[in-house]
Amino acid sequence: MSRRGLELIVDPVACDGRGVCAEILPERIELDRWGYPLIEGEIAPVLYDNAVRAVRACPRQALHLVERAC
Amino acid sequence: MSVTLPDTATPATRHGLLHGLSGEAPDPGIEAHHERWGVLRQGKAGLIDQLDASGLAGHGGAWFPVATKWKAVARAGRRGAVVVANGAEGEPASKKDGFLLTHAPHLVLDGLVAAATALHARRAIAYVPSTHARGVERAVAERRSLNLDPIAIEVVESPDTFLAGQESAVVSALSGRRSAVPAFVGISSVRERGVGGRPTLVQNVETLAHVALVARFGATWFRQLGTDRNPGTMLLTVDRGDGPVIVEGVLGSPLPATLGLTSQDLASVRGVLLGGYGGGWISPEIFARLTLSEKAARAAGTTLGAGVVALLPAHVCPLAELADVTRYMEGQGAGQCGPCVHGLADLADAMERLAYGGPHGLNTDRVLEVCNLVEGRGADTHPDGVARFVRTGLGAFAEEVAAHRGRGACRGTRAARVLPTGSTTAGRRLVSRA
Repeated sequence: MSRRGLELIVDPVACDGRGVCAEILPERIELDRWGYPLIEGEIAPVLYDNAVRAVRACPRQALHLVERAC
Repeated sequence: MSVTLPDTATPATRHGLLHGLSGEAPDPGIEAHHERWGVLRQGKAGLIDQLDASGLAGHGGAWFPVATKWKAVARAGRRGAVVVANGAEGEPASKKDGFLLTHAPHLVLDGLVAAATALHARRAIAYVPSTHARGVERAVAERRSLNLDPIAIEVVESPDTFLAGQESAVVSALSGRRSAVPAFVGISSVRERGVGGRPTLVQNVETLAHVALVARFGATWFRQLGTDRNPGTMLLTVDRGDGPVIVEGVLGSPLPATLGLTSQDLASVRGVLLGGYGGGWISPEIFARLTLSEKAARAAGTTLGAGVVALLPAHVCPLAELADVTRYMEGQGAGQCGPCVHGLADLADAMERLAYGGPHGLNTDRVLEVCNLVEGRGADTHPDGVARFVRTGLGAFAEEVAAHRGRGACRGTRAARVLPTGSTTAGRRLVSRA
């Protein structure tokens, strides 16, 4: 299988804006005016470890690292 | 590809869905239906190929190719599919599905049974609002007494909410989950795992009525109306400020002409809402040149959606209409996603200030910022639709915005609202241009 790159997505139903992800991965995640994450999706290899940490740290398990669709 | 000749004699003229429905209360019974269209023999081979060739797309608002959807369900269908006729017309401004259910229920049920037969489904469900359930049950009983269908049709009542007809909300409700709200999309499609975990086809009732025509008379006949790229007809709910009227328009034709509107009619129109509350506003000038097709609607910054066309008359205040619909849409959100909950409340607040507040300096750029913030961030497209409604509204009514900001609320805010924000009158009269 070809490597298509990874991307962070948020499950908007599960997310309740705790903001942990933005602390761990400020390079790709900022919070909007209501405290919910705005994600710059694509995750370069250099950010991979922090992205995984952000996914694991989410108290709502709302963050997912997925292979890019295209 | 196998092409099967229909049993019923194919009429030389290509009729529209509203064919034979005239007068105030046309007979919705099975005899009148068979007189109009003949009996549909179910289970003929090649229906999916015919649908493919017909170019029929879904009339619930998404315009997804019907054959593609059926093939996906058929591929996943080894476990016994479920087919659903979706009549949960949540959009208050849309009345065409209810009209079809009350005036031509058998055309819808013919299409539902055709889908069930072609997909070897184990369940066929008519999902309709409570106001239409009795009539549909009567139609189902008629069919049962004639032993017309190879499958029993279940009638299930849908709730009266804006999102009730959303595909995943339909599936949740029919699966007995607590609330009829859409689930997080993108994990698996209802076509593979829908009602009770079974492959599920959710198809709008008007779409199924078109299916009933293709099943009877074939794709070539179906394509006699419309254009190559936009074959067939569509039902529209048209409101000029004096109540909804159901019109069957020929796809690919000039929109004002197909609605019977002259340039004089348009002269007194302030703005046109196309596609309903998840659609967008266009100026009367753009509307005057618009073709009835989803592509043309998209190019104009909106969508045909489920076929709502609302023309605002001169005496109303467009900003008050925008504000009240935005507030209504806020309340109709599934309430699942933070950006949607906060964003739609902010939008409704801002639009109300703009419509009803005194002279002030409300910054519309800030409203547009909120539109950007809610777009693409919900589990469903509800916030995207509201954002488009507000953004296009501010664009179409820039003059009114400036007037309100300078002088405060106008007299029009005291007039009765034209756009409905709850259950109102059913669609009346009908105009068939097909």
